[in-house]
Amino acid sequence: MLYREAGQFKSTYAQDQQIFPILQDRVAVAALLVVAFIVVPIVGDQYWLAALITPFLILSLAALGLNILTGYAGQLSLGAAAFMAIGAFMTYNAVLRIPGIPILAAFAIGGLCAAAVGIVFGLPSLRIKGLYLAVATLACQFFVLWALNRVGWFSNYSSSGVITAQQMSILGYPIATPAAKYLLTLSVVAVLALAAKNLMRSATGRAFMAVRDMDVAASVIGIPMMKTKLLAFAISSFYCGVAGALYAYCYLGTVEPEAFTLDLSFRVLFMIIIGGVGSILGSFLGAAFITLFPILLSVGSKWIETLLGIEMSHAVVSNTEAIIFGSLIILFLIVEPLGLARMWQVVKEKLRLWPFPH
Amino acid sequence: MRSHEVRAIIGPNGAGKSSMLNVLNGVYRPQKGRIRFRDREFRNMVPHEAASMGIARTFQNIALFKGMTVLDNVMTGRNLKMRCSFVEQALWIGRARREEMVHRRAVEEIIDFLEIQHIRKTPVGRLPYGLQKRVELARALAAEPTLLLLDEPMAGMNLEEKQDMCRFILDVNDHYGTTLVLIEHDMGVVMDISQRVVVLDYGRKIADGTPEEIRGDEKVIAAYLGVAHA
Amino acid sequence: MTFFIEVLAGGLLAGVMYSLVALGFVLIYKASGVFNFAQGSMVFFAALTFVSLTERGWNVWLALAVTLIAMIIVGVAIERVVLRPLVNQPPITLLMATIGLTFVLEGLSQLMWGSQPHGLELGIPDVPMEWLAEKWNINISQFDLFAAAVAGVLVAVLALLFQKTRIGRALRAVADDHQAALAVGIPLQHIWAIVWATAGFVALVAGVMWGVRNGVQYALTFVALKALPVLILGGFESILGAIVGGLIIGATEKLAEVYVGPMVGGGIESWFAYVVALLFLLVRPEGLFGEKHIDRV
Repeated sequence: MLYREAGQFKSTYAQDQQIFPILQDRVAVAALLVVAFIVVPIVGDQYWLAALITPFLILSLAALGLNILTGYAGQLSLGAAAFMAIGAFMTYNAVLRIPGIPILAAFAIGGLCAAAVGIVFGLPSLRIKGLYLAVATLACQFFVLWALNRVGWFSNYSSSGVITAQQMSILGYPIATPAAKYLLTLSVVAVLALAAKNLMRSATGRAFMAVRDMDVAASVIGIPMMKTKLLAFAISSFYCGVAGALYAYCYLGTVEPEAFTLDLSFRVLFMIIIGGVGSILGSFLGAAFITLFPILLSVGSKWIETLLGIEMSHAVVSNTEAIIFGSLIILFLIVEPLGLARMWQVVKEKLRLWPFPH
Repeated sequence: MRSHEVRAIIGPNGAGKSSMLNVLNGVYRPQKGRIRFRDREFRNMVPHEAASMGIARTFQNIALFKGMTVLDNVMTGRNLKMRCSFVEQALWIGRARREEMVHRRAVEEIIDFLEIQHIRKTPVGRLPYGLQKRVELARALAAEPTLLLLDEPMAGMNLEEKQDMCRFILDVNDHYGTTLVLIEHDMGVVMDISQRVVVLDYGRKIADGTPEEIRGDEKVIAAYLGVAHA
Repeated sequence: MTFFIEVLAGGLLAGVMYSLVALGFVLIYKASGVFNFAQGSMVFFAALTFVSLTERGWNVWLALAVTLIAMIIVGVAIERVVLRPLVNQPPITLLMATIGLTFVLEGLSQLMWGSQPHGLELGIPDVPMEWLAEKWNINISQFDLFAAAVAGVLVAVLALLFQKTRIGRALRAVADDHQAALAVGIPLQHIWAIVWATAGFVALVAGVMWGVRNGVQYALTFVALKALPVLILGGFESILGAIVGGLIIGATEKLAEVYVGPMVGGGIESWFAYVVALLFLLVRPEGLFGEKHIDRV
């Protein structure tokens, strides 16, 4: 009833190919953007902004990057965190060594360096696929972390190994409060998400999906394998690099290799599995799920503690979290391999018929 | 092959018909021999090269991109003609937008031509076999090929679907002037629509001529039906 | 020179350890085409269960038997709950399911038995063999040799199982073509249960060996990741490949760490094996003993 598209005719191809062809969707998204950009920073609790919403946005961006490579282009990668680390460290070095560089340009440099490394480690994808490629990305993950640790230049020969991220400012305004960092993150993520969506629904995105679905047929059509795969690696690494820079500058406040371990790579992979591979929206949903889940769990465990009068140690909670996580992954893969994004689509389809069941 | 003709390749199973097409496309590398296309000679073909020279192909076991809709699948066929860089596409400004619309228009014409408008937004995985074959043909046509290789385009179809497909194939030859190579097992179809036929057996050419000549050729009959041993 | 031999021997024997873990992978991959990312956590679970039981005063053999039964149960449960519903999915889905499984097993292990590291004693001391040390001045640990012997026996038994017995034949048939195996009446579910149980047994052996060497602690799960380069070198379907691959990886890793490491600041072990595997992949993707993969268009 509310969600009908009757009467919304499309008379040009451009209209037909909009991101949000249904009017109600456009209204909803516009409202969401207004809330996100204007309402939240004013009303939002500073703690929640810094501890929850900003990292959610940053990890969505990383998930987006990984989704481009693994979800759209079908190249399994276990090295997302390594590219994030490169982005963070190269941004640090850019700010350090190029005086007066605007922070956004520094982020871009971080992303571009990550993209360059991504292309190098993506070269094996021209000869190997699937699980074997995953091993190549593992090599990338371990090697990059080792290099960032050992090669002093990256951390400016710091002896303690922990580098503080420099202060950011845009056009003279310092970006120090949680609200400011949130807005910066939100802007970057919104722009990059839009770019990703545009890219995925145009020829590049189709080329990626063709390579994923059937690469022999794709090459017969004339899609260049090497260029397409390397482009996927480059774009994906760029996104992960920028996410890593944001992770260091707008969330952690420090630039350290320990923040970007294999564990983080797995978390990002889980985000796209649960959220939906091959879906921009899925990246956000998955990131939201995985960011919120530990919070829900710790709240739930406190509730159980008071209810049953028992003490649950931190270890018990985190192990239970691991068990439930793993089980959810398996459950999603069995029940809805296309993840939350597909479930959302199903909800929308049901909404169009509401209040009728079918 | 002559320009604009419809040429059939026939032969018993395992004769090497699909393999020959694979060689022409660059999917397989031949052990010996040469490929001559227009004025150029090749020791072996590279898929990308074949595509840019205007050779398009459909496959025996459908090679559609199962994760995409019909429209997207056919649009990938236009990939070679798209000139915009990925940056322009990401920004979705001016040139990228216009280019997408121009190609969308071309694709819609092909969709119209093959009568698959009603399924253009359906993911191809959900379509029945016959329609999938038609979508594959659409994708091959989207590249505006000069040479179209069809690998058993009518396999697994009932009489009605076969007639439809025959009509489309002849229309393609007529309307677009495309040269067609057709691997087909249905003799009726071969006799009806092809102008010349080549017969393969155990990887060798055993006959080459018009359908009537082939029908009466002893070697061909022997290959298909076997020879009586006294 | 003796130093080189010591390092080489140490590397080879470390490689034997890797092979033990890799064997579990090979078994499951051979029989069901699934790459069981959770093998490392199975090793961890086995080791932790065994050591926790012995620490509570249980008799070694009893603890071993109970742990073995637990592993079999875990293996069968995995096959039933995780793999059967995912039977026709693409390999990448199965891989991700086993990654999820890794988390479940790790959490479960630590939930049941706690997360402190444990030492493990089997009665064989980790001291150099005396006569080797005296005769040639080479120090090679007794325990390492014992582990190598155990691995050798295990490989021989498994190889015999696969080649000579009826069940082995059935396993190979299933690995080749599920449908065809079903068509000739091979009970698929039973076979898979047997395979996972065997993999559980191999995990137990590997877990106990590793536990003695490095202590039973969470880091054991990372051993699984090291098995990947081993499998790439040896081929995913070859038992012999698991051994050879393990030896090569172990040896080259140790040698690189000792001889090249100091030049670049050390710590090479974290990535060297993977880079070796990567380079190998570019040259011979199917591994030394694996089967070439042919795509028909």
